[in-house]
Amino acid sequence: MSNISAQEVQYNKSGQKIVSPDYLLFEAPREKFFMTGSEAVKEAVKRASVDASVSYPITPQSEAAHLIGELWVEGYVGVYFRGESEFGVMSEVAGCALAGARTITTTSGPGTLRAFENFPMWAGTRIPVQLVLMARGVNAPLSIQPDNLEVGFLLDTGCMIWYAENAQDLFDMILAGFAVAEHPSVHVPVITVVDGFFVSHTREAIMLPPEDIALPPYNPYKAPMPVIDLEAPPGRFLRDPFVMKSNYISYATHASWQFEVRAAIERSRPYAKHYLRGLIEEFGNPDAEIVFVATGTAASQAKEAVRLLKDEEGVDAKVVKLKTIRPFPEEELKVATKNAKYIFVPEFNVVGWLEREVRKVLYKHSDAEIIGTPRVAGGMTMPAEVIVSEVMNNLRVK
Amino acid sequence: MAKLGPMGFSPYPAAVKEGVLNPPEGKALLFDEMVDEEIAMKKAARAMLTRENPTIFPGPQVLYAWSEDAKKKAKLIKELADVFGAKIIPMYDYRPKYPKINPEVEINPNHPNLTIWHNNIKACIFVGVHCHYANVALKIIRAETDCFTIALCSMEGHEDAMITLRDQHPSELEKFIEIAKEVKRELDK
Repeated sequence: MSNISAQEVQYNKSGQKIVSPDYLLFEAPREKFFMTGSEAVKEAVKRASVDASVSYPITPQSEAAHLIGELWVEGYVGVYFRGESEFGVMSEVAGCALAGARTITTTSGPGTLRAFENFPMWAGTRIPVQLVLMARGVNAPLSIQPDNLEVGFLLDTGCMIWYAENAQDLFDMILAGFAVAEHPSVHVPVITVVDGFFVSHTREAIMLPPEDIALPPYNPYKAPMPVIDLEAPPGRFLRDPFVMKSNYISYATHASWQFEVRAAIERSRPYAKHYLRGLIEEFGNPDAEIVFVATGTAASQAKEAVRLLKDEEGVDAKVVKLKTIRPFPEEELKVATKNAKYIFVPEFNVVGWLEREVRKVLYKHSDAEIIGTPRVAGGMTMPAEVIVSEVMNNLRVK
Repeated sequence: MAKLGPMGFSPYPAAVKEGVLNPPEGKALLFDEMVDEEIAMKKAARAMLTRENPTIFPGPQVLYAWSEDAKKKAKLIKELADVFGAKIIPMYDYRPKYPKINPEVEINPNHPNLTIWHNNIKACIFVGVHCHYANVALKIIRAETDCFTIALCSMEGHEDAMITLRDQHPSELEKFIEIAKEVKRELDK
């Protein structure tokens, strides 16, 4: 697309030049900006030819939702309104997507749980909705601090789950998310997770392509189910309200349907690998015997711990950052940990959902000791020094 | 890998769980092997010409004249059925039917095995069926029957079929018809 001729230039409804996802993500010139994660969401949505967005306020995603509303005012988003609750939002988002709209929404913490029934429904209806989840955790008494417990609940909803480390990741993942989720053979929702506050509310340098280019519009007629189109016969009567008549569906169908949704996530692997430049990222000494497996901010902190371990303790270590949780980068993790003697899984939640995932994948594939620490929750920070201290304490005990 | 013959009662097999993904552009999938499109077309034609009660299952995307491509494809599919001497049983509605479908005249993605059992179909072609419903049905067929399944997909393919041909538009269907005629001559039919 970079050598596109004048005759071939096409524009979306907002008047932006349509370019390929490859051009937008890899080839377009980029300029440096200083902005928050919430502002990065706005910049990504601005370039994503989004048809519809529905919002509901909940900390820490409220600002991102608000900024998408500003895009509607500016003419970059086709439809924007506030739902009655998170359950309402996720249902309304489904309606928009079933009608053929490229749709995005945002939520956090308890909002995720209030909306929860909709996530497997999204996956089962094969809609490529994108949810930007600014993780905040779930607790009573109510916490509004950084924590990613809710991600553990989402793992088996049939949605793809990607995890951004910083504002740059988030910007790129939102655009890549649509490109991957809308492949006809994939066509399941993508939940793009980022740690609330740490990323949503802090400013950092981010490289952005020009704002006058955007993704090609979504083509709902390539969807794996008929789009609801009252004018076109294949869609006009082929889709019942989703739950009705479900008792007339054979058990075989219910089983096959669920396998098919999971199969769709597996089919996303090659596309996600392409647009995310791999499902994992490694940082540090590739041959290190101490390995951190982490996502999001925990990966950032682990990277700093790798530097401290080398500079202050003379210990080699590396970080394996997981960019996708669904699909889980199983083969990549096995290869990346083949020299490991100790695998630490630092996490911002009380249950250690990532440690469970890592243990499952590496069971009988690694002799390394897997240590689910450090683990913080409820808004605690995870200083790199704490990670170093955990490593050194474990090594001394051994 | 999609194998021919019943795979068992449950769980319903999904080829991706065995590491089989759809073919890349320009290629086809023959069981778990990536092959050139012509090779897959020849194998598909042979299956349709040699197995009992070959049947084409056209879906809404070719049953309704909603685009010029759909109209062209519909005519070509009838021609293809003539070459194979195959029956055409439509998958015209994805909704489950109460109390049951008539397997003589229709196939439904929610229990495609009923139509295959009833008509003793040993080879079939899915064409014009929306990908999700084709995938749901193909998994059930693979689990419950010994029918040889062939998918002619206008999108990215169906790895649960024994043969999957992707990006199948009118020009590819014309090519398939020519290959089918050639294989028929070779078989002296």
